[in-house]
Amino acid sequence: MIEVRELCREFTVTTKVGRLRRARTKVRAVDSVSFDVAAGEAVGYVGPNGAGKSTTIKMLTGILVPTSGHVRVAGVDPSRARRDLARRIGVAFGQRSQLWWDLPLRDSFDLLRSIYRVDARDHARRLAECVELLDLSGFLDRPVRQLSLGQRMRGEVTAALLHGPELLVLDEPTIGLDLESKERLREFLADLNAQRGTTLLLTTHDLDDIERLCPRLVVIDRGTVLADGPLEALRAEVVPERVLVVDLEKPSEPLTGIRGVVDVRIELGGLRQHLTFRKDETTAAAVIAAVAAQADVHDLVVEEPEIDDVVRRLYARR
Amino acid sequence: MRAYVHLALAGFRRYSTYRQAMFAGLTANVVFGMLRTAVLVAAVGAAPVAGYDAASAVTYVWLGQGLLAFVVLWGESQLSERIRTGDVVVDLYRPWHLQAALLAEDVGRAAYAAVVRLVPPVAIGALFFPFRWPEPHTWPLFAVSAVLALVISFGMRFILNCTTFWLLDSRGVRNMYEVSSGLLCGLIVPLAFMPEWARDVLWATPFPYLIQAPIDVFLEQGPQWTVLALQAFWAVVVLAAGNLVLSRAVRKVVVQGG
Repeated sequence: MIEVRELCREFTVTTKVGRLRRARTKVRAVDSVSFDVAAGEAVGYVGPNGAGKSTTIKMLTGILVPTSGHVRVAGVDPSRARRDLARRIGVAFGQRSQLWWDLPLRDSFDLLRSIYRVDARDHARRLAECVELLDLSGFLDRPVRQLSLGQRMRGEVTAALLHGPELLVLDEPTIGLDLESKERLREFLADLNAQRGTTLLLTTHDLDDIERLCPRLVVIDRGTVLADGPLEALRAEVVPERVLVVDLEKPSEPLTGIRGVVDVRIELGGLRQHLTFRKDETTAAAVIAAVAAQADVHDLVVEEPEIDDVVRRLYARR
Repeated sequence: MRAYVHLALAGFRRYSTYRQAMFAGLTANVVFGMLRTAVLVAAVGAAPVAGYDAASAVTYVWLGQGLLAFVVLWGESQLSERIRTGDVVVDLYRPWHLQAALLAEDVGRAAYAAVVRLVPPVAIGALFFPFRWPEPHTWPLFAVSAVLALVISFGMRFILNCTTFWLLDSRGVRNMYEVSSGLLCGLIVPLAFMPEWARDVLWATPFPYLIQAPIDVFLEQGPQWTVLALQAFWAVVVLAAGNLVLSRAVRKVVVQGG
Protein backbone atom coordinates (compact mmCIF):
# COMPACT_ATOMS: atom_id res chain seq x y z
CA MET A 1 0.00 0.00 0.00
CA ILE A 2 2.83 2.35 0.88
CA GLU A 3 6.35 2.01 -0.50
CA VAL A 4 9.00 4.47 0.64
CA ARG A 5 12.64 4.20 -0.43
CA GLU A 6 15.51 6.50 0.55
CA LEU A 7 13.10 9.36 0.91
CA CYS A 8 14.70 12.77 1.52
CA ARG A 9 13.26 16.21 1.94
CA GLU A 10 15.31 19.36 2.41
CA PHE A 11 14.09 22.77 3.40
CA THR A 12 15.92 26.03 2.98
CA VAL A 13 15.90 28.03 6.18
CA THR A 14 16.94 31.66 6.20
CA THR A 15 18.31 33.14 9.37
CA LYS A 16 19.21 36.72 10.02
CA VAL A 17 22.89 37.47 10.21
CA GLY A 18 23.64 41.07 11.02
CA ARG A 19 21.35 43.85 9.92
CA LEU A 20 20.60 42.99 6.32
CA ARG A 21 22.44 39.83 5.52
CA ARG A 22 20.63 36.55 5.61
CA ALA A 23 22.22 33.17 5.75
CA ARG A 24 20.55 30.32 3.92
CA THR A 25 21.04 26.87 5.29
CA LYS A 26 19.66 23.58 4.08
CA VAL A 27 17.88 21.48 6.66
CA ARG A 28 17.12 17.83 6.05
CA ALA A 29 13.72 17.22 7.58
CA VAL A 30 13.56 13.70 6.24
CA ASP A 31 16.80 11.91 5.54
CA SER A 32 16.80 8.65 3.64
CA VAL A 33 13.70 7.09 5.14
CA SER A 34 12.60 3.67 3.89
CA PHE A 35 9.67 1.53 4.94
CA ASP A 36 6.79 -0.43 3.48
CA VAL A 37 3.24 -0.77 4.66
CA ALA A 38 1.25 -3.73 3.34
CA ALA A 39 -2.48 -3.53 2.67
CA GLY A 40 -4.45 -4.16 5.85
CA GLU A 41 -1.63 -3.25 8.23
CA ALA A 42 -1.89 -0.76 11.06
CA VAL A 43 1.34 1.13 11.58
CA GLY A 44 2.25 3.75 14.14
CA TYR A 45 4.67 6.42 13.00
CA VAL A 46 6.15 8.04 16.07
CA GLY A 47 8.89 10.47 16.90
CA PRO A 48 9.48 13.64 18.90
CA ASN A 49 8.40 17.06 17.65
CA GLY A 50 10.34 18.03 14.58
CA ALA A 51 11.35 14.47 13.80
CA GLY A 52 9.95 14.62 10.29
CA LYS A 53 6.62 12.85 10.82
CA SER A 54 4.36 15.46 9.28
CA THR A 55 6.81 16.06 6.44
CA THR A 56 6.66 12.35 5.61
CA ILE A 57 2.86 12.39 5.77
CA LYS A 58 2.77 15.39 3.44
CA MET A 59 4.95 13.55 0.95
CA LEU A 60 2.74 10.46 1.22
CA THR A 61 -0.36 12.51 0.44
CA GLY A 62 1.30 14.46 -2.36
CA ILE A 63 1.22 17.94 -0.84
CA LEU A 64 4.99 17.99 -0.73
CA VAL A 65 7.41 16.81 -3.41
CA PRO A 66 10.38 14.77 -2.14
CA THR A 67 13.83 16.23 -2.72
CA SER A 68 14.94 12.75 -3.65
CA GLY A 69 13.85 9.17 -3.18
CA HIS A 70 10.89 7.10 -4.17
CA VAL A 71 7.31 7.11 -2.86
CA ARG A 72 4.36 5.04 -4.04
CA VAL A 73 1.01 5.12 -2.31
CA ALA A 74 -1.71 2.78 -3.58
CA GLY A 75 0.49 2.26 -6.63
CA VAL A 76 0.81 5.91 -7.68
CA ASP A 77 3.32 8.70 -7.25
CA PRO A 78 1.48 11.00 -4.80
CA SER A 79 2.78 14.38 -5.97
CA ARG A 80 1.97 13.61 -9.62
CA ALA A 81 -1.46 12.16 -9.02
CA ARG A 82 -2.57 14.17 -6.00
CA ARG A 83 -6.21 14.51 -6.98
CA ASP A 84 -6.51 10.88 -8.03
CA LEU A 85 -4.92 9.74 -4.84
CA ALA A 86 -7.16 12.01 -2.76
CA ARG A 87 -10.15 10.00 -3.96
CA ARG A 88 -8.56 6.75 -2.85
CA ILE A 89 -7.09 7.57 0.53
CA GLY A 90 -8.49 9.36 3.56
CA VAL A 91 -6.57 11.88 5.64
CA ALA A 92 -7.54 13.32 8.98
CA PHE A 93 -5.43 15.90 10.76
CA GLY A 94 -5.97 16.24 14.48
CA GLN A 95 -5.08 19.91 14.37
CA ARG A 96 -6.78 20.94 11.13
CA SER A 97 -10.40 20.71 10.20
CA GLN A 98 -11.81 19.59 6.90
CA LEU A 99 -15.37 20.41 7.97
CA TRP A 100 -17.28 23.59 7.18
CA TRP A 101 -17.13 25.62 10.36
CA ASP A 102 -20.48 27.42 10.13
CA LEU A 103 -22.59 24.63 8.68
CA PRO A 104 -24.23 21.66 10.39
CA LEU A 105 -22.03 18.57 10.43
CA ARG A 106 -24.42 16.81 8.06
CA ASP A 107 -23.93 19.52 5.41
CA SER A 108 -20.17 18.99 5.43
CA PHE A 109 -20.74 15.31 4.74
CA ASP A 110 -23.11 16.14 1.85
CA LEU A 111 -20.59 18.57 0.37
CA LEU A 112 -17.83 15.99 0.59
CA ARG A 113 -20.06 13.54 -1.25
CA SER A 114 -20.29 15.99 -4.18
CA ILE A 115 -16.60 16.89 -4.09
CA TYR A 116 -15.46 13.28 -4.03
CA ARG A 117 -18.28 12.23 -6.40
CA VAL A 118 -19.43 9.36 -4.21
CA ASP A 119 -22.43 7.32 -5.23
CA ALA A 120 -25.47 8.34 -3.15
CA ARG A 121 -26.16 4.85 -1.88
CA ASP A 122 -22.54 4.13 -0.92
CA HIS A 123 -22.41 7.47 0.85
CA ALA A 124 -25.62 6.82 2.78
CA ARG A 125 -24.45 3.36 3.82
CA ARG A 126 -21.02 4.53 5.01
CA LEU A 127 -22.49 7.52 6.81
CA ALA A 128 -25.08 5.33 8.55
CA GLU A 129 -22.29 3.04 9.76
CA CYS A 130 -20.19 5.90 11.09
CA VAL A 131 -23.21 7.51 12.73
CA GLU A 132 -23.92 4.31 14.56
CA LEU A 133 -20.39 3.32 15.52
CA LEU A 134 -19.16 6.79 16.40
CA ASP A 135 -22.49 7.82 17.90
CA LEU A 136 -22.90 10.96 15.83
CA SER A 137 -26.70 11.10 15.78
CA GLY A 138 -26.91 13.55 18.67
CA PHE A 139 -25.05 16.34 16.89
CA LEU A 140 -25.39 15.72 13.14
CA ASP A 141 -27.52 18.84 12.74
CA ARG A 142 -25.38 21.09 14.91
CA PRO A 143 -22.97 23.59 13.30
CA VAL A 144 -19.40 22.36 13.49
CA ARG A 145 -18.31 25.45 15.43
CA GLN A 146 -20.54 24.36 18.32
CA LEU A 147 -19.15 20.84 18.59
CA SER A 148 -16.83 19.74 21.36
CA LEU A 149 -13.36 18.64 20.31
CA GLY A 150 -14.26 14.98 20.77
CA GLN A 151 -17.40 15.33 18.68
CA ARG A 152 -15.55 17.27 16.00
CA MET A 153 -12.81 14.67 15.79
CA ARG A 154 -15.39 11.94 15.31
CA GLY A 155 -16.79 14.09 12.52
CA GLU A 156 -13.32 14.49 10.98
CA VAL A 157 -12.71 10.75 10.94
CA THR A 158 -16.13 10.18 9.38
CA ALA A 159 -15.36 12.84 6.75
CA ALA A 160 -12.14 11.03 5.87
CA LEU A 161 -13.96 7.72 5.43
CA LEU A 162 -17.05 8.65 3.40
CA HIS A 163 -15.39 8.01 0.05
CA GLY A 164 -14.37 4.52 1.15
CA PRO A 165 -10.57 4.93 1.20
CA GLU A 166 -8.23 1.94 1.11
CA LEU A 167 -5.77 3.77 3.33
CA LEU A 168 -6.50 6.09 6.22
CA VAL A 169 -3.74 8.45 7.29
CA LEU A 170 -4.25 10.03 10.70
CA ASP A 171 -2.03 12.83 11.93
CA GLU A 172 -2.35 12.96 15.71
CA PRO A 173 -5.99 11.88 15.77
CA THR A 174 -6.36 11.81 19.53
CA ILE A 175 -4.61 15.08 20.36
CA GLY A 176 -6.45 16.98 23.08
CA LEU A 177 -9.18 14.39 23.54
CA ASP A 178 -10.31 13.19 26.95
CA LEU A 179 -9.80 9.56 27.93
CA GLU A 180 -13.27 8.41 27.01
CA SER A 181 -13.24 10.08 23.60
CA LYS A 182 -9.79 8.65 22.90
CA GLU A 183 -10.95 5.19 23.82
CA ARG A 184 -14.05 5.40 21.66
CA LEU A 185 -12.05 6.58 18.68
CA ARG A 186 -9.41 3.89 19.14
CA GLU A 187 -12.04 1.21 19.35
CA PHE A 188 -13.60 2.42 16.12
CA LEU A 189 -10.27 2.55 14.31
CA ALA A 190 -9.28 -0.89 15.54
CA ASP A 191 -12.55 -2.30 14.18
CA LEU A 192 -12.10 -0.47 10.91
CA ASN A 193 -8.70 -2.04 10.49
CA ALA A 194 -9.66 -5.53 11.64
CA GLN A 195 -13.04 -5.89 9.97
CA ARG A 196 -12.90 -3.66 6.92
CA GLY A 197 -9.22 -4.21 6.21
CA THR A 198 -8.58 -0.48 5.88
CA THR A 199 -4.86 0.17 6.13
CA LEU A 200 -4.00 2.62 8.93
CA LEU A 201 -1.00 4.86 9.28
CA LEU A 202 -1.04 7.13 12.26
CA THR A 203 1.35 9.57 13.82
CA THR A 204 0.91 10.27 17.47
CA HIS A 205 2.56 11.34 20.68
CA ASP A 206 0.12 9.29 22.68
CA LEU A 207 1.75 5.91 22.91
CA ASP A 208 -1.43 4.34 24.20
CA ASP A 209 -2.75 4.84 20.67
CA ILE A 210 0.06 2.64 19.41
CA GLU A 211 -0.36 0.05 22.11
CA ARG A 212 -4.05 -0.19 21.36
CA LEU A 213 -4.04 0.07 17.56
CA CYS A 214 -0.73 -0.68 15.95
CA PRO A 215 1.00 -4.04 16.04
CA ARG A 216 3.87 -2.34 14.25
CA LEU A 217 5.81 0.76 15.07
CA VAL A 218 8.14 2.90 12.99
CA VAL A 219 10.19 5.26 15.13
CA ILE A 220 11.75 8.29 13.51
CA ASP A 221 13.99 11.00 14.91
CA ARG A 222 15.86 13.83 13.18
CA GLY A 223 14.69 12.55 9.83
CA THR A 224 15.93 8.98 10.06
CA VAL A 225 14.25 5.74 11.02
CA LEU A 226 15.52 4.54 14.40
CA ALA A 227 13.53 1.38 14.61
CA ASP A 228 10.88 -0.52 12.73
CA GLY A 229 9.14 -3.61 14.04
CA PRO A 230 6.54 -5.07 16.34
CA LEU A 231 6.16 -3.26 19.63
CA GLU A 232 6.99 -6.43 21.63
CA ALA A 233 10.25 -7.00 19.81
CA LEU A 234 11.28 -3.38 20.28
CA ARG A 235 10.49 -3.59 23.94
CA ALA A 236 12.64 -6.67 24.42
CA GLU A 237 15.48 -5.28 22.37
CA VAL A 238 15.65 -1.81 23.78
CA VAL A 239 14.77 -2.34 27.41
CA PRO A 240 16.29 -5.61 28.56
CA GLU A 241 15.63 -4.75 32.22
CA ARG A 242 12.54 -5.49 34.28
CA VAL A 243 11.79 -4.08 37.70
CA LEU A 244 10.57 -6.18 40.61
CA VAL A 245 8.86 -4.09 43.28
CA VAL A 246 8.59 -5.84 46.64
CA ASP A 247 6.81 -4.66 49.77
CA LEU A 248 8.37 -6.25 52.85
CA GLU A 249 6.81 -7.03 56.22
CA LYS A 250 9.63 -5.16 58.03
CA PRO A 251 12.00 -2.47 56.84
CA SER A 252 15.28 -3.94 55.73
CA GLU A 253 18.70 -3.06 54.36
CA PRO A 254 18.86 -2.92 50.54
CA LEU A 255 18.58 -6.48 49.24
CA THR A 256 21.85 -6.57 47.32
CA GLY A 257 23.86 -9.47 46.08
CA ILE A 258 21.12 -11.24 44.16
CA ARG A 259 22.38 -12.65 40.87
CA GLY A 260 21.29 -10.68 37.83
CA VAL A 261 20.06 -7.67 39.78
CA VAL A 262 21.82 -4.56 38.56
CA ASP A 263 20.24 -1.88 40.70
CA VAL A 264 18.35 -1.62 43.99
CA ARG A 265 16.40 1.45 45.04
CA ILE A 266 14.67 1.64 48.44
CA GLU A 267 11.61 3.54 49.55
CA LEU A 268 9.88 4.07 52.90
CA GLY A 269 13.11 3.35 54.79
CA GLY A 270 13.51 -0.07 53.18
CA LEU A 271 9.89 -1.21 53.40
CA ARG A 272 9.53 -1.06 49.62
CA GLN A 273 12.38 -2.00 47.32
CA HIS A 274 12.77 -1.72 43.55
CA LEU A 275 15.08 -4.36 42.12
CA THR A 276 16.13 -3.88 38.52
CA PHE A 277 17.25 -7.10 36.86
CA ARG A 278 18.33 -8.10 33.36
CA LYS A 279 15.90 -10.42 31.67
CA ASP A 280 18.61 -12.14 29.72
CA GLU A 281 20.63 -13.04 32.83
CA THR A 282 17.97 -14.23 35.22
CA THR A 283 14.23 -14.77 35.51
CA ALA A 284 11.64 -13.04 37.63
CA ALA A 285 11.02 -16.33 39.45
CA ALA A 286 14.68 -16.68 40.46
CA VAL A 287 14.81 -13.09 41.74
CA ILE A 288 11.60 -13.55 43.71
CA ALA A 289 12.93 -16.77 45.29
CA ALA A 290 16.16 -15.01 46.26
CA VAL A 291 14.27 -12.10 47.79
CA ALA A 292 11.97 -14.43 49.74
CA ALA A 293 15.05 -16.18 51.15
CA GLN A 294 16.38 -12.87 52.55
CA ALA A 295 13.21 -11.22 53.88
CA ASP A 296 9.51 -11.66 54.59
CA VAL A 297 7.60 -10.54 51.48
CA HIS A 298 4.21 -8.93 51.90
CA ASP A 299 3.46 -8.15 48.25
CA LEU A 300 5.24 -7.95 44.93
CA VAL A 301 4.79 -6.91 41.35
CA VAL A 302 6.92 -7.16 38.17
CA GLU A 303 6.79 -4.00 36.09
CA GLU A 304 6.88 -4.17 32.29
CA PRO A 305 8.60 -1.17 30.72
CA GLU A 306 6.17 1.47 29.60
CA ILE A 307 6.04 2.13 25.91
CA ASP A 308 7.13 5.69 26.63
CA ASP A 309 10.26 4.25 28.12
CA VAL A 310 10.92 2.14 25.06
CA VAL A 311 10.64 5.13 22.79
CA ARG A 312 12.63 7.40 25.08
CA ARG A 313 15.47 4.89 25.10
CA LEU A 314 15.32 4.63 21.34
CA TYR A 315 15.69 8.38 21.07
CA ALA A 316 18.51 8.38 23.60
CA ARG A 317 20.36 5.59 21.82
CA ARG A 318 21.47 7.70 18.88
CA MET B 1 -19.77 20.61 -11.84
CA ARG B 2 -22.36 19.37 -9.36
CA ALA B 3 -19.83 19.83 -6.60
CA TYR B 4 -19.53 23.53 -7.46
CA VAL B 5 -23.31 24.03 -7.53
CA HIS B 6 -23.42 22.33 -4.16
CA LEU B 7 -20.65 24.61 -2.88
CA ALA B 8 -22.58 27.67 -4.06
CA LEU B 9 -25.63 26.49 -2.11
CA ALA B 10 -23.42 25.93 0.92
CA GLY B 11 -22.05 29.47 0.52
CA PHE B 12 -25.60 30.80 0.58
CA ARG B 13 -26.42 28.84 3.74
CA ARG B 14 -23.16 29.74 5.48
CA TYR B 15 -23.79 33.46 5.17
CA SER B 16 -27.46 33.18 6.00
CA THR B 17 -26.48 31.97 9.49
CA TYR B 18 -25.02 35.36 10.41
CA ARG B 19 -28.19 37.43 10.70
CA GLN B 20 -27.00 39.96 13.27
CA ALA B 21 -23.86 40.72 11.28
CA MET B 22 -26.09 41.19 8.24
CA PHE B 23 -28.33 43.67 10.07
CA ALA B 24 -25.39 45.60 11.44
CA GLY B 25 -23.84 45.84 7.98
CA LEU B 26 -27.10 46.87 6.41
CA THR B 27 -27.68 49.57 9.02
CA ALA B 28 -24.23 51.01 8.38
CA ASN B 29 -24.89 50.96 4.62
CA VAL B 30 -28.16 52.81 5.05
CA VAL B 31 -26.74 55.48 7.38
CA PHE B 32 -23.87 56.15 4.98
CA GLY B 33 -26.35 56.17 2.13
CA MET B 34 -28.28 58.99 3.84
CA LEU B 35 -25.10 61.02 4.35
CA ARG B 36 -23.92 60.54 0.80
CA THR B 37 -27.34 61.38 -0.60
CA ALA B 38 -27.40 64.65 1.37
CA VAL B 39 -23.95 65.67 0.13
CA LEU B 40 -24.39 64.66 -3.49
CA VAL B 41 -27.89 66.08 -3.89
CA ALA B 42 -26.63 69.37 -2.43
CA ALA B 43 -23.88 69.36 -5.07
CA VAL B 44 -26.03 68.58 -8.11
CA GLY B 45 -29.34 70.05 -6.89
CA ALA B 46 -29.05 73.42 -8.61
CA ALA B 47 -27.75 72.25 -11.95
CA PRO B 48 -26.74 68.76 -13.21
CA VAL B 49 -23.01 68.00 -12.92
CA ALA B 50 -21.33 65.71 -15.46
CA GLY B 51 -24.67 64.26 -16.48
CA TYR B 52 -25.89 63.65 -12.91
CA ASP B 53 -29.16 65.31 -11.86
CA ALA B 54 -30.75 64.76 -8.42
CA ALA B 55 -32.55 61.54 -9.42
CA SER B 56 -29.53 59.89 -11.01
CA ALA B 57 -27.34 61.03 -8.08
CA VAL B 58 -29.74 59.34 -5.64
CA THR B 59 -29.83 56.20 -7.77
CA TYR B 60 -26.04 56.20 -7.99
CA VAL B 61 -25.67 56.47 -4.20
CA TRP B 62 -28.16 53.77 -3.19
CA LEU B 63 -27.17 51.34 -5.89
CA GLY B 64 -23.55 51.80 -4.84
CA GLN B 65 -24.43 51.19 -1.18
CA GLY B 66 -26.07 47.93 -2.18
CA LEU B 67 -23.43 46.80 -4.66
CA LEU B 68 -20.52 47.32 -2.30
CA ALA B 69 -21.73 44.49 -0.05
CA PHE B 70 -22.78 42.35 -3.02
CA VAL B 71 -19.39 42.39 -4.74
CA VAL B 72 -17.46 42.83 -1.42
CA LEU B 73 -15.20 45.83 -1.85
CA TRP B 74 -13.14 45.24 1.26
CA GLY B 75 -10.33 42.68 1.32
CA GLU B 76 -11.96 39.80 3.14
CA SER B 77 -9.38 37.39 4.53
CA GLN B 78 -10.83 33.92 4.73
CA LEU B 79 -8.32 32.24 2.44
CA SER B 80 -5.52 34.39 3.80
CA GLU B 81 -6.25 33.14 7.32
CA ARG B 82 -6.25 29.55 6.12
CA ILE B 83 -2.88 30.09 4.47
CA ARG B 84 -1.47 31.74 7.59
CA THR B 85 -2.57 28.92 9.88
CA GLY B 86 -1.63 26.19 7.41
CA ASP B 87 -5.21 24.93 7.13
CA VAL B 88 -4.89 25.53 3.40
CA VAL B 89 -3.20 22.13 3.28
CA VAL B 90 -6.65 20.60 3.64
CA ASP B 91 -7.94 22.72 0.74
CA LEU B 92 -5.02 21.90 -1.52
CA TYR B 93 -5.45 18.25 -0.84
CA ARG B 94 -9.05 18.01 -1.97
CA PRO B 95 -9.97 16.72 -5.44
CA TRP B 96 -11.23 20.10 -6.64
CA HIS B 97 -9.99 23.30 -8.24
CA LEU B 98 -9.49 25.61 -5.29
CA GLN B 99 -10.16 28.87 -7.14
CA ALA B 100 -13.31 27.50 -8.75
CA ALA B 101 -14.51 26.13 -5.43
CA LEU B 102 -14.05 29.48 -3.68
CA LEU B 103 -15.73 31.32 -6.57
CA ALA B 104 -18.70 28.96 -6.29
CA GLU B 105 -18.94 29.68 -2.58
CA ASP B 106 -18.68 33.40 -3.21
CA VAL B 107 -21.47 33.25 -5.78
CA GLY B 108 -23.64 31.58 -3.13
CA ARG B 109 -22.71 34.28 -0.63
CA ALA B 110 -23.51 36.99 -3.16
CA ALA B 111 -26.90 35.46 -3.92
CA TYR B 112 -27.74 35.86 -0.25
CA ALA B 113 -26.24 39.35 -0.20
CA ALA B 114 -28.35 40.32 -3.22
CA VAL B 115 -31.50 39.68 -1.21
CA VAL B 116 -30.49 41.17 2.11
CA ARG B 117 -27.81 43.73 1.26
CA LEU B 118 -28.49 44.92 -2.30
CA VAL B 119 -32.28 45.13 -2.50
CA PRO B 120 -32.98 46.96 0.80
CA PRO B 121 -30.78 50.05 0.16
CA VAL B 122 -32.13 50.33 -3.38
CA ALA B 123 -35.68 50.07 -2.02
CA ILE B 124 -34.96 52.82 0.54
CA GLY B 125 -33.53 55.05 -2.18
CA ALA B 126 -36.53 54.43 -4.41
CA LEU B 127 -39.12 54.94 -1.66
CA PHE B 128 -37.83 58.09 0.00
CA PHE B 129 -35.95 59.95 -2.73
CA PRO B 130 -36.37 60.78 -6.39
CA PHE B 131 -35.14 57.65 -8.15
CA ARG B 132 -34.38 56.79 -11.76
CA TRP B 133 -35.68 53.40 -12.87
CA PRO B 134 -34.22 51.95 -16.07
CA GLU B 135 -36.08 50.77 -19.16
CA PRO B 136 -37.26 47.11 -18.92
CA HIS B 137 -34.62 45.89 -21.40
CA THR B 138 -31.87 47.21 -19.10
CA TRP B 139 -32.75 44.92 -16.19
CA PRO B 140 -31.18 41.73 -17.58
CA LEU B 141 -28.11 43.74 -18.68
CA PHE B 142 -27.77 45.14 -15.17
CA ALA B 143 -28.04 41.63 -13.68
CA VAL B 144 -25.26 40.38 -15.96
CA SER B 145 -23.15 43.44 -15.17
CA ALA B 146 -23.57 42.93 -11.42
CA VAL B 147 -22.58 39.26 -11.70
CA LEU B 148 -19.52 40.16 -13.79
CA ALA B 149 -18.60 42.80 -11.20
CA LEU B 150 -18.84 40.09 -8.54
CA VAL B 151 -16.56 37.77 -10.51
CA ILE B 152 -13.96 40.53 -11.03
CA SER B 153 -14.12 41.43 -7.35
CA PHE B 154 -13.70 37.78 -6.38
CA GLY B 155 -10.74 37.45 -8.73
CA MET B 156 -9.02 40.48 -7.22
CA ARG B 157 -9.68 39.40 -3.64
CA PHE B 158 -8.39 35.92 -4.48
CA ILE B 159 -5.08 37.32 -5.74
CA LEU B 160 -4.89 39.59 -2.69
CA ASN B 161 -5.40 36.60 -0.39
CA CYS B 162 -2.87 34.49 -2.28
CA THR B 163 -0.14 37.03 -1.53
CA THR B 164 -0.15 35.51 1.97
CA PHE B 165 1.72 32.54 0.51
CA TRP B 166 4.71 34.86 0.11
CA LEU B 167 4.11 37.62 2.64
CA LEU B 168 2.78 35.40 5.46
CA ASP B 169 0.60 38.32 6.50
CA SER B 170 -1.40 40.10 3.84
CA ARG B 171 -2.99 42.68 6.16
CA GLY B 172 -0.92 45.52 4.72
CA VAL B 173 -1.87 44.68 1.16
CA ARG B 174 -5.50 44.26 2.09
CA ASN B 175 -5.62 47.56 3.97
CA MET B 176 -4.16 49.32 0.98
CA TYR B 177 -6.80 47.73 -1.23
CA GLU B 178 -9.58 48.72 1.16
CA VAL B 179 -8.48 52.32 1.38
CA SER B 180 -8.03 52.76 -2.34
CA SER B 181 -10.76 50.63 -3.88
CA GLY B 182 -13.63 52.88 -2.75
CA LEU B 183 -12.22 55.85 -4.63
CA LEU B 184 -10.83 53.95 -7.61
CA CYS B 185 -14.01 52.07 -8.39
CA GLY B 186 -16.26 55.11 -8.26
CA LEU B 187 -18.03 54.39 -4.99
CA ILE B 188 -17.12 57.61 -3.17
CA VAL B 189 -17.63 60.04 -6.08
CA PRO B 190 -18.84 59.21 -9.57
CA LEU B 191 -15.87 58.77 -11.87
CA ALA B 192 -17.55 61.28 -14.20
CA PHE B 193 -16.73 64.00 -11.62
CA MET B 194 -13.02 63.37 -11.98
CA PRO B 195 -10.69 65.16 -14.39
CA GLU B 196 -10.41 63.55 -17.77
CA TRP B 197 -6.87 62.22 -17.36
CA ALA B 198 -7.86 60.47 -14.10
CA ARG B 199 -10.90 58.94 -15.77
CA ASP B 200 -8.80 57.63 -18.63
CA VAL B 201 -6.31 56.07 -16.25
CA LEU B 202 -8.96 54.50 -14.03
CA TRP B 203 -11.03 53.00 -16.83
CA ALA B 204 -7.87 51.20 -17.95
CA THR B 205 -7.88 49.31 -14.62
CA PRO B 206 -10.37 46.71 -13.40
CA PHE B 207 -11.56 48.92 -10.51
CA PRO B 208 -14.37 50.91 -12.20
CA TYR B 209 -15.88 47.62 -13.40
CA LEU B 210 -16.69 46.70 -9.81
CA ILE B 211 -19.13 49.53 -9.00
CA GLN B 212 -19.22 52.32 -11.59
CA ALA B 213 -19.84 49.99 -14.54
CA PRO B 214 -22.97 48.26 -13.20
CA ILE B 215 -24.30 51.67 -12.05
CA ASP B 216 -23.70 53.13 -15.51
CA VAL B 217 -25.54 50.18 -17.04
CA PHE B 218 -28.44 50.74 -14.65
CA LEU B 219 -28.52 54.50 -15.36
CA GLU B 220 -28.19 53.82 -19.09
CA GLN B 221 -25.16 56.08 -19.30
CA GLY B 222 -22.78 55.15 -22.06
CA PRO B 223 -22.78 52.09 -24.31
CA GLN B 224 -24.07 49.20 -22.22
CA TRP B 225 -22.82 46.35 -24.39
CA THR B 226 -19.30 47.77 -24.52
CA VAL B 227 -19.24 47.99 -20.75
CA LEU B 228 -20.38 44.39 -20.43
CA ALA B 229 -17.77 43.21 -22.92
CA LEU B 230 -15.02 45.04 -21.00
CA GLN B 231 -16.28 43.55 -17.73
CA ALA B 232 -16.15 40.07 -19.26
CA PHE B 233 -12.62 40.82 -20.45
CA TRP B 234 -11.50 41.87 -16.96
CA ALA B 235 -13.24 38.89 -15.36
CA VAL B 236 -11.25 36.54 -17.58
CA VAL B 237 -8.02 38.46 -16.93
CA VAL B 238 -8.26 38.48 -13.13
CA LEU B 239 -9.38 34.85 -12.94
CA ALA B 240 -6.55 33.75 -15.22
CA ALA B 241 -4.07 35.82 -13.21
CA GLY B 242 -5.42 34.32 -9.98
CA ASN B 243 -5.07 30.84 -11.40
CA LEU B 244 -1.48 31.57 -12.33
CA VAL B 245 -0.73 32.99 -8.88
CA LEU B 246 -2.32 29.95 -7.26
CA SER B 247 -0.31 27.48 -9.32
CA ARG B 248 2.87 29.38 -8.48
CA ALA B 249 1.86 29.33 -4.83
CA VAL B 250 1.12 25.61 -4.92
CA ARG B 251 4.46 25.02 -6.59
CA LYS B 252 6.12 27.04 -3.87
CA VAL B 253 4.35 25.12 -1.12
CA VAL B 254 4.64 21.72 -2.72
CA VAL B 255 8.13 21.95 -4.16
CA GLN B 256 9.88 24.39 -1.86
CA GLY B 257 7.90 23.46 1.20
CA GLY B 258 6.52 26.95 1.95
